[in-house]
Amino acid sequence: MQRSFFMRNPSVLIFIGLLALFTLLVTVFSEAFGVGVISTSLVKTLGKTLCLCLIAIAMDLVWGYCGILSLGHFAFFGLGGYMIGMWLMYERTKAIVVSSLAEAPLPPTADEIRDGIGTQIFGVVGGAEIPPIWFFADSLFAQLVLVVTIPGLLALIFGWLAFRSRVTGVYLSILTQAMTLALALYLFQNDSGLRGNNGLSGLQNLPGLDDVPQATISIWFLWASAFALGLGYLVAAWVVGGKFGSVVRGIRDDEARVRFLGYHVESYKLVVFTLTAIIAAIAGALYYPQAGIINPAEIAPIASIYLAVWVAIGGRGRLYGAVIGAAFVSLVSTWFTGGQAPDIPLGFYTIQWVDWWLVLLGLSFVLVTLLAPQGIGGLFDLFTNRKTPERGGADLGPDAGSLQEKEAEQ
Amino acid sequence: MTRTIFYGLGAALLWLMTATVSLAQSPIQDLLQTYEADLAKPSRKSIGTVIEGLIASGQPEIPELLTKWREKDVWQRKDDKLFFYGEKIDSKTYRLIDIATGEVVGELPKKELKQLKPNSGVRGVIATALVQFQLTDPDRATREAGLTAIERGPEASHLGALRASISPETDADLKARKVRLERLLTIPYDEDSATRVAAIESFSKDLGVDARAAINPLLTTTRKAAATLPENANIAAVLEPGDDLTRAEAYGLLVDAGLAPAQVPASAQKDALIANVENGQVAGVPVHQLDNDAARADAYAKLAAAGTVPPAVTETQIDEALAANVIFDVYAEPDNAVTDAAQEALKSIETRVFFNQMLDLGLDGLSLASIYFLAAIGLAITFGVMGVINMAHGEFIMMGAYTGYVVQQVIPDYTVSIIVAIPLAFAVTFAAGVAMERLVIRWLYNRPLETLLATFGISIALQQIAKNIFGTQARPLTSPGWLDGALVFNDVVSISYIRIAIFVLSLIFLCVLLFVLNKTRLGLETRAVTQNPRMAASMGINPDRVNMLTFGLGSGIAGIAGVAIGLYAKVTSELGADYIVQSFMTVVVGGVGNIWGTLLGATMIGFLQKGIEWLNPSNTLAAQTYMIIFIIIFIQFRPKGIIALKGRAAGD
Repeated sequence: MQRSFFMRNPSVLIFIGLLALFTLLVTVFSEAFGVGVISTSLVKTLGKTLCLCLIAIAMDLVWGYCGILSLGHFAFFGLGGYMIGMWLMYERTKAIVVSSLAEAPLPPTADEIRDGIGTQIFGVVGGAEIPPIWFFADSLFAQLVLVVTIPGLLALIFGWLAFRSRVTGVYLSILTQAMTLALALYLFQNDSGLRGNNGLSGLQNLPGLDDVPQATISIWFLWASAFALGLGYLVAAWVVGGKFGSVVRGIRDDEARVRFLGYHVESYKLVVFTLTAIIAAIAGALYYPQAGIINPAEIAPIASIYLAVWVAIGGRGRLYGAVIGAAFVSLVSTWFTGGQAPDIPLGFYTIQWVDWWLVLLGLSFVLVTLLAPQGIGGLFDLFTNRKTPERGGADLGPDAGSLQEKEAEQ
Repeated sequence: MTRTIFYGLGAALLWLMTATVSLAQSPIQDLLQTYEADLAKPSRKSIGTVIEGLIASGQPEIPELLTKWREKDVWQRKDDKLFFYGEKIDSKTYRLIDIATGEVVGELPKKELKQLKPNSGVRGVIATALVQFQLTDPDRATREAGLTAIERGPEASHLGALRASISPETDADLKARKVRLERLLTIPYDEDSATRVAAIESFSKDLGVDARAAINPLLTTTRKAAATLPENANIAAVLEPGDDLTRAEAYGLLVDAGLAPAQVPASAQKDALIANVENGQVAGVPVHQLDNDAARADAYAKLAAAGTVPPAVTETQIDEALAANVIFDVYAEPDNAVTDAAQEALKSIETRVFFNQMLDLGLDGLSLASIYFLAAIGLAITFGVMGVINMAHGEFIMMGAYTGYVVQQVIPDYTVSIIVAIPLAFAVTFAAGVAMERLVIRWLYNRPLETLLATFGISIALQQIAKNIFGTQARPLTSPGWLDGALVFNDVVSISYIRIAIFVLSLIFLCVLLFVLNKTRLGLETRAVTQNPRMAASMGINPDRVNMLTFGLGSGIAGIAGVAIGLYAKVTSELGADYIVQSFMTVVVGGVGNIWGTLLGATMIGFLQKGIEWLNPSNTLAAQTYMIIFIIIFIQFRPKGIIALKGRAAGD
């Protein structure tokens, strides 16, 4: 008898339940809708963390399930942010320009408004012309479509090029990293049309909603992020749950064998790569209005590597692992780098966590990779009796298939 | 009345006195007395004739006199108006020296003397006049100084003196310089057109910046508008509005030339509209309707019709005005033959400059290639030969660079410190590499993706530790003095010695590595372990030990590369991270598992990047972007790199 989707994936219901509970609690304790225990900035941090969890799920899909260690997913995240940022910045600047020109003795012409917006936005990079890529910036709907299509298209083209030439493993990782670097370097230019290294700013202000306090907006975004995360989890669980998921995991474990079984491996990889890019872009589009500013440094290759770090620490190959990893590492990271962690005096030297946190993160990352490839998520196996039978030897990771060390050598 | 008589008496007295003393003095003093008034109170206007007169006299004392005059060492005795050289004894007393004989005349208190104080304008004229004496001076250094002075600030007046000084010149070098300078000065200053053309043509194969600087001004043009083309002007080109320049620019020129009425700019029209708002209306049009250009133009036309404002120029009027007049570029230089010759010469020079720029670009590309090669060659061993992805490779480069910096803090002599730093950097990074191999990588040989992540963890830790120790600001790694400067081939092609040194260093590395891998026991064992560790082990090779040493070797080379890179770039904790992606690209493009491949990859990437930068000189960021895109596409066609290993060696 075919069991229902939720019966086969109990973690989905648990996860969505916990997420709903979390959102409810934050709302109840927030300044806007509740008792005000949780400050607006903390609400924003939590909302951003939810977005990071969403992109971690995307990363887990593409790496943990499909075996493609992409070091470029933050590029899609950033692109999504840029796309929504263009609308936010354009509309808000337009409102400012229109209100300032309303004082003028003659009503402004359309050209005057456009010139005003151009000067306001691009004056900082020494221009006044609105570049052609901002053509759709006055339409929320068009930019929302672009949030999905631009990163999706980039992933599609890049993935098609990479997969058809059978670039795999570490080569693919380096290639994705190069793509990210190229994009970041391109955006760093002043004449890229996206304000160079200034990036887009003032994104926390929603156009037309100047009267709504940030406390309320932050809760709205928390809800939206939580909803997107829940939906993303559901989609991801559905993708990896069915027959499609089995093929994808087969590709991770032994690509050649799946190909010999008659599956068109490249298409499967391409679908997963593009889908995760779109999820990442949506996460980015929700993240940057909460962060308020986006600049090319966010896209730098290092960010994507951190993403891999989160997923690895959380436990790849299981969706909740990715979420736990992203939430845990990014929140702990905020705590340490925010200067809240107490210093440790050693007598001859005081360890200040602002300086030493990255060292700790790097080393703990090495330790997790060496000693606990299952990550934090592996702890759940202890409770659920899903502990794999003792097969001897260490896990060889996705590349060597599901075999373990001693089996592989036989 | 009395005043006139007084003046008359004074003049007579003066004449008497001059006449008396001149009888008793040397010829030079006589000459000076002729110009007494102008010398005592020189002005920019009169000084020219004075100096010409002095020089024309041909007196031998003139050069010295002019020099002393310029240095304010000439004094006039107040009672008899005679001129002497003055030497300061103390603040109140001066020793007077006779100009002709050089003998001491006596010592006088300062108040009885008057110093000749030429102002800066006059001093400039004197200096120009002195040049011709300098050019024929018996002392070579003086002649050279004079020549340099002309090169810095050439003037028409120098030309004659320069020409006169060429044939008596004995020194071959100086003569060549004089001849060249004479031709350079001929171009702008000579009277004769044919001579100038000849001088211009003589430079048509010359790469010197000075030659171009002399020829270029001949071709400066001014853009003018007129009803008809002027007859006698040297016209460069007749321009067509719309093709060569925009209609707006063309009309602006007509307005400037007074050939057409000025346009009323949009902002002025708007101001006029604002000024004429009455009861919420402009010329009967409600203000709220003026939110587009057409409505504004209509309202302005109504105002103009009412005579309140000057009428706007219509498009038809602009067309008519443009049709009725010509716009042209005219050369400042009136001589047609000269400008033609200048154009020809400049074209020929530019072709040569272009070829030389290509040569220079080639050298730049070669040097960038050697830098990439240096950064990537350690990786070619650890990643290429061993197959270990080491994301901390860049941090090993950084460690090498910081080792160099620390050594320079201890050993102040730059040459010695570099000699010490290179082996020390190798030792430090070799140790770090061996430690990393033992502690981390050994456990992950079957899991390449996790090696990538684990070494990345080490990379961020190392980077942060470097930041904690050395701070975020860039540390200098100073190269020894003998590496300063550049090898200059001509005015276009040059390469700095430090880049040559890096090139040589990378060649040495290439040879050493090829030798180690192909001719030594370690190389043989490395290749055996890489191809089949178990087989190698059964042949009595210890794979653990070989892996450890090979990894250490690759890391150690990264350290030396760090010293070299630190010499020309600033040492920061991000030094390595800047090179890591390019280094991996180099290895991947070249073909994994092959040192020659890395060499080819580095060469390709280096030349490519320089080529792209040349096409788009303002933007190195864009160049890097395009290069990475090119590499991504390149990998489509040769996924295994330029040199792909075939057969069993490929390891698939």
